Amino acid sequence: MAKKLTQPTRELVFGDLWEFDPAPESADPKLKKRYDLFINGSFVAPHSGKYFSTINPANETKIADIALADTQDVDSACAAAQRAFVSTWGRMPGKERGKYLYRIARLLQDRAREFAVAETMDGGKPIKESRDFDVPMAAAHFFYHAGWADKLEFLAPGRQIAPHGVVGQVIPWNFPLLMLAWKIAPAIAAGNCVVLKPAETTSITALKFGEICQEAGLPNGVVNIVSGAGETGAAVINHPLTTKVAFTGSTDVGKIIMRSLAGTEKKMTLELGGKAANIVFDDASLDQAVEGIVNGIFFNQGHVCCAGSRLLVQESVAEQVLAKLKRRIAVLRVGDPMDKNTDLGAINSREQLTKITELVKTGVAEGAEMHQSACRLPTKGFYFKPTLFSGVSMSHRIAREEIFGPVLSILTFRTLEEAVEKANNTAFGLSAGVWTDKGSRILKMSTLLKAGVVWANTYNKFDPASPFGGYKESGFGREGGKQGLLDYLKLI
Amino acid sequence: MPAAKAPTSLRRLFDEIGTVDHVGIEERVAKYTTRSIKKKSKVFGLRLAVTMVDLTTLEGKDTPGKVASLCQKALTPHDVGDIPSTAAVCVYPAMVKHAKKHVGGTKVKIASVATAFPSGQAPLKTRLAEVHAAVNDGADEIDMVINRGAFLAGEFGRMQDEIAAVVDACGKATLKVILEVSELETYDNIRAASFLAMRVIRPNDFIKTSTGKTSSNATLGNNQVMLEAIRDHFLTTGVPIAMKPAGGIRTAKQALHFLTAVKETLGDEWLNNRRYRFGASALLNDLVRQLEKERTGTYQAPWNFSDATEGY
Repeated sequence: MAKKLTQPTRELVFGDLWEFDPAPESADPKLKKRYDLFINGSFVAPHSGKYFSTINPANETKIADIALADTQDVDSACAAAQRAFVSTWGRMPGKERGKYLYRIARLLQDRAREFAVAETMDGGKPIKESRDFDVPMAAAHFFYHAGWADKLEFLAPGRQIAPHGVVGQVIPWNFPLLMLAWKIAPAIAAGNCVVLKPAETTSITALKFGEICQEAGLPNGVVNIVSGAGETGAAVINHPLTTKVAFTGSTDVGKIIMRSLAGTEKKMTLELGGKAANIVFDDASLDQAVEGIVNGIFFNQGHVCCAGSRLLVQESVAEQVLAKLKRRIAVLRVGDPMDKNTDLGAINSREQLTKITELVKTGVAEGAEMHQSACRLPTKGFYFKPTLFSGVSMSHRIAREEIFGPVLSILTFRTLEEAVEKANNTAFGLSAGVWTDKGSRILKMSTLLKAGVVWANTYNKFDPASPFGGYKESGFGREGGKQGLLDYLKLI
Repeated sequence: MPAAKAPTSLRRLFDEIGTVDHVGIEERVAKYTTRSIKKKSKVFGLRLAVTMVDLTTLEGKDTPGKVASLCQKALTPHDVGDIPSTAAVCVYPAMVKHAKKHVGGTKVKIASVATAFPSGQAPLKTRLAEVHAAVNDGADEIDMVINRGAFLAGEFGRMQDEIAAVVDACGKATLKVILEVSELETYDNIRAASFLAMRVIRPNDFIKTSTGKTSSNATLGNNQVMLEAIRDHFLTTGVPIAMKPAGGIRTAKQALHFLTAVKETLGDEWLNNRRYRFGASALLNDLVRQLEKERTGTYQAPWNFSDATEGY
């Protein structure tokens, strides 16, 4: 194919001729100064009396005190869930359960802007993402599963099904409210009761969700939220009353959980890390592929387990794609997440920023060529420039380890076989992207790639009806769709 | 064998210039509509848009009097508020000499549609004669239509030769090549036609979306396809081509979305009226209305803004 372009004779100027003024979102997040644990339908102080601070990563100011749950708090949460399961929720007809889910979904929509602002303050993601993606998708998951609540018998034709009972769930900090919805909606639609632990740095929307449960009149104990760090999570997962656990987070913690649950009867699903390959063939519509690559790696500052962090591009168009990527990241707006024009917000925590910085240093040290946009970063808060690495080889650390930040590693390939070989040469297997004009090639790639989700000519598309989950060290079990719901039921 | 610069098939052309993914480009342009442009940046954008308007009247019922009124509006869009004049007035060839009386020698250029606008369905000789006539009467800019029939039939050589003939007929006048995107049907075709046109016109000549005479006109989608074509052409040849979306842009908000697309696709060097224009009539008063809102803090009634073209 004759796609060889001559060297650009000129470059475009993306300067400040027309600079946008700040456009901060002004809705009130209705925050409290102190958040207690949500146990048995009400907010209660932690047994130990201990609280920890949660900060806004965009400017490092403290937002609120969050209750630290210890084993006794987890005990009472699990006991409340068990009581609710036995006395009301577990025996309630699905049709009635569905009504509560619909109510939760509608309340989330009613308070969408408030939740979006709270999410952005606590987590650092751009307001346009929390407003247009996180919160609407969270509501969509409740709507979707509300519809399933009275139709569970059709999930497994010819089999009897029953809820597990008390489900322990631990979620990560990258999509705090959305991951909560992914976990709680199917669990309670199926008739289980829930004890959920949000991530330490992003507890606020989960605890605000407790308010929604109260407003919806959800029976006490069906949903319990216990905030805290790793120990609290371990207590939830190892508690004798939890018969099923679901975890989304890092592969390292996933392994610890698997070890701790070995030999028990607990059911488990894990959704862990990824190092997705985004594969661009030379016949793809390159501008749209570039858009998809940008969306794949810079969405939510790259804090996405299915982020397309390895770009595999066919050699004949590699130079062209890199040039287009550089031009595209030149107009990405990095800064205050609360500004409606911000494309990349703040890195979630100092710890994560340190990790990203270290891995990027390794990339440079190992000989990859780094390209960053010329954007100015705010002086306070945790920020990282959108970063591209070209000339990456498979043995580089930045090609193997999950960076979980706005850093793209670019590799090239010549044949389809080489692309598949490189894409699958990873411990992970959560997602992949294929960009080509050729339909048959898409189908072939989707069977050859060992990844739970393969997107074709698009990236990061989610729907509550579509199951999501991984291969290998990316975990097992599915979330969303029929398959995800079935993980919250036992076949008898 | 066909002429060397005109590929025989679309397929061959796409191998060279690449294709457009419909779904992907619509997602891209949807992001422009979420940009929030406030305060000073809003005033800058609105004023810039005013200076980019080709204030247009293209009706069978146009008269010298109506054109005079149009010219007056183009020169002074509003009586207060220091609003800049528009880039040009755009009229039929028969009206050029009337426009000349009012805007000749001012900053406002005279653009004239020609080449049997809007269909282009006249013999080439007739079309070229029309261009000559308009230029002789004082047109600074010529808006031509491409031969869509030739393009869709794959006669790319013929399409390009006709454009080249119009370039010659223009002399010093700037040329704007109307692709009539709604008749080209697909984004791929729009990209292909953009490249075919750009290869035979001069630096700072325009490609333009539409005549305004068909059911669909300028959209953020087809604007984006053409901006990306201009960008790729510029980066490979160094030849800057200007862009004019026309028809369907009625509100100030839409105009700001289009300008955001220019800012993020072609950058600062296209944010001026030599490289970017709006073919519009109703747009001007909404821009002025929004500027007055920014200046005074309140929206004013529509009757406070003079009509350019609608009052006849």
